[in-house]
Amino acid sequence: MNNAGPLASPHTRQSSSVSAIMLQVWLALLPASLFGVWLYGWPALNLLLITTAAALAAEALGQRLAGRPIMPSLKDGSALLTGWILAMTLPPWAPWWVAVIGALFAIIIGKQVFGGLGQNLFNPAMLARVALLIAFPLELTTWVAPQPLFSANAPGFIDSLHITFVGVAPLVGGVDAISGATVLDGIKTELARGAELGVVLPDYYRAGDAMLGQMGGSLGETSALLLLLGGLYLIWRGHITWQIPAALLGTVALLATGFHLYDPLRFAHAGVHLLSGGLMLAAFFIATDPVGSPASRRGQLIFAAGIGALVYIIRTWGGFPEGVAFAVLLMNAATPLIDHYVRPRVYGRDPHGKPLDYQRGRFARRLKKQQGGE
Amino acid sequence: MSSHPDQTLWSFPGGLELPGHKALSTAGPIEVAKLPKQLVLPLQQHIGAPANPVVQVGDKVKKGQLLAAPEGFVSAPIHASTSGTVIAIEDRQVPHPSGLSAPCIVLESDGEDAWCELQPHADYVNLDPSELRNIIRDAGIVGLGGAGFPSFIKLNPGARTSIDTLILNGAECEPFISCDDMLMRERADEVVHGARIMQHALNAKRCLIGIEDNKPEAIAAIGEAIRRLNQPSISLMKVPTRYPAGGEKQLIRLLTGKEVPSQGLPIDIGVVCHNVATAASVHRAVELGQPMISRIVTITGHAAAQPQNMEVRLGTPIEAVLEQAGGDNGQAHRLLLGGPMMGFELRNRQLPTTKTANCLLLATDQDAPKREVISDCIRCGQCALVCPMRLLPQQLYWHAKAKDFDKAQDYDLFDCIECGCCTHVCPAQLPLVNFYRFAKTHIWAQEREKQQADLARERHEFRLFRQQREKEEKAARHKAKADAVAKGGGEDSKKAAIKAAMERAKAKKAAVQANGADEAPTEAPVKESTAPETAGQPAPDKEPKP
Repeated sequence: MNNAGPLASPHTRQSSSVSAIMLQVWLALLPASLFGVWLYGWPALNLLLITTAAALAAEALGQRLAGRPIMPSLKDGSALLTGWILAMTLPPWAPWWVAVIGALFAIIIGKQVFGGLGQNLFNPAMLARVALLIAFPLELTTWVAPQPLFSANAPGFIDSLHITFVGVAPLVGGVDAISGATVLDGIKTELARGAELGVVLPDYYRAGDAMLGQMGGSLGETSALLLLLGGLYLIWRGHITWQIPAALLGTVALLATGFHLYDPLRFAHAGVHLLSGGLMLAAFFIATDPVGSPASRRGQLIFAAGIGALVYIIRTWGGFPEGVAFAVLLMNAATPLIDHYVRPRVYGRDPHGKPLDYQRGRFARRLKKQQGGE
Repeated sequence: MSSHPDQTLWSFPGGLELPGHKALSTAGPIEVAKLPKQLVLPLQQHIGAPANPVVQVGDKVKKGQLLAAPEGFVSAPIHASTSGTVIAIEDRQVPHPSGLSAPCIVLESDGEDAWCELQPHADYVNLDPSELRNIIRDAGIVGLGGAGFPSFIKLNPGARTSIDTLILNGAECEPFISCDDMLMRERADEVVHGARIMQHALNAKRCLIGIEDNKPEAIAAIGEAIRRLNQPSISLMKVPTRYPAGGEKQLIRLLTGKEVPSQGLPIDIGVVCHNVATAASVHRAVELGQPMISRIVTITGHAAAQPQNMEVRLGTPIEAVLEQAGGDNGQAHRLLLGGPMMGFELRNRQLPTTKTANCLLLATDQDAPKREVISDCIRCGQCALVCPMRLLPQQLYWHAKAKDFDKAQDYDLFDCIECGCCTHVCPAQLPLVNFYRFAKTHIWAQEREKQQADLARERHEFRLFRQQREKEEKAARHKAKADAVAKGGGEDSKKAAIKAAMERAKAKKAAVQANGADEAPTEAPVKESTAPETAGQPAPDKEPKP
């Protein structure tokens, strides 16, 4: 990187920066996050702040241990975003130590060990999410029913500190108040008990609530509508491509519709899948993380369709009710392979990378046809 | 505006919409630069071998007179851009990114600016295309779009005998530069005449003139000239303003829908592409007999006091050109030769104007900001989105950075045209193109080394082979001799041999004494015994030279 500056062209630069992109993504996440804070009260805010602060601390620690400069790396906003997204995927009343361990795991193991920003193979937030789920299954599957801020049952600010730093149960009228099973949880359990989907679904899933997010779930995953709006904003600003969300949601919708038509009693319809769990968040904010996704547009389509299929498979036949994190990680692992095999056709070369030959081959014939026989 | 409305326009992937800043320098007409006291003409202003001086210090020359003749096929001559005296032929600093010096002819102007005798060919249609190419070659015409490739080579249809499309590049996609724009506005006829001559040389069926749609005046002027000169085989094509639409490969794709095969040339697909200013120069060379002795230079930038276009005699010091244009307005941050996307910084203003100098950009801090690298690649993919060659710049970056040059070539490093789009959009402000240049240079160096190593190995192997052969020959001779002696019979023959040798020595001594200084050896008897010894010496002539 020596002599990077003065002599070589180009001499103009677009005034964009990594931190500006991170800021845009964070802004796009803000509506859904704030909604989560409102829906689940002060403990959710504690969780967001603790996870983010821990992520920043972990980033500083990692940079220091690796002998890399600390401040530029904190300022680029990537650690903040990782912490923020991780918090959004956690149960809203998760205790402080879950947040801290998760953030440390995400940044140190998920990112710093690989060499810092841009070097990691896996999405750090999803890696931490899976690690937490395996290590602390109870804490990671304890959902609260919505208790909006300032409503009757909502814990006050002081209570929230107790919930976050000491524990939940003794404080808020026993188990009932906090047993808000998620839609996917509920369906999985009922189906396992042999119930018919058509009968039990209305108990867990109401389309309107699912759209707005008025239901039990992770801190920032419930409001499909606000996540969709944030995602569309990012597409409009050119920070993410449409390929990943479209292929991911499209694949899930296609599979869900197909199986639902085949047997409506066993397979939930596409609406349930699209509006529940972490799918919306993943489609617009996690799978689109450029670090772990393929470089080419076609590669991104394959990558996202793979996530969609895996999500559906895990949700439907797997041991876990939700499979977004696993699906993202699996496809992260496939990304180098996709990048190797799926490349855009370079100007002047055929799809196999050989120099174009207008005289020979199927591709040349197709080109000629396109060009009106010239 | 197209005179052939049925022409379809294609597109190229990627590219950038950049602020053009063209209006800065197009307000006034093309000025003529003043005749300087001294002109410095580098012998290499083109791609290929430097020209060879045919004048000597002290010679008086006329304007347009040949000063240096081309050396080899890919080369171009240099002509006197005014009348005067050759005062030096020596190394001077030339405009080059590295700031190096190169041989130049220094001409002192006599102030008369008198032409030599010119040979116009108004009836060029009757000329054989090869004669036409010779005229163009002798006029020193090289591509004025930037690269400076000798034009006559690209006016040869070669084995094809005819080509499909001649493209004239008037896109001028790079921001700030407006020399082609002004040329087309003011000298549209010259461009169209030049196109006709080029069509004749190439036996081209049609000619397409591509101009970016941010130049309505140029489009109008060229369209008018085509109609007025009644040239149905020439069409005007308006292309979208999108950098790098003026890149040869991109323009060919835009106008014909065809792609130049990788590692190939446009002529492989029946297309030849020349710059509009080159066409105008061809017209002047053929129909007026004038060699290339001047070019239009854009003086611009937000730090330029009076941005404008100027016709400058080749060899005029850049300093003098800038001075005539009022210099800078005090905000000059850097001086670039060429545009902000592909030009390079000049650290010295005492350099001569050359055939490829299209723009002097007095850049403010805003025009050409200095940026620091702010992070490593975050794989955002913006670079791949804007790459007009559809490469994967971030993969190239990783591999170039890791010095994994095989991998970089696997990702088609050499298809990169170094347009700078990827670097322009990189949010991490990585100097991506630098990495590609680094990798390319390294690979070239490796290849050179490999060639040299191969040569050295071949030489070594040949040497071993030769030594072995000589050893065998020596052994054979010894054997033959031994056999002969053996036939003569045992000890006696040995004694006889010694005696013979002594006699030879005696005879030699006598001969030396007799001949005095003349040391001619007595050939016949000595030959046998000395031959094996001289054979042991190396025979340098037989070894291939490096």
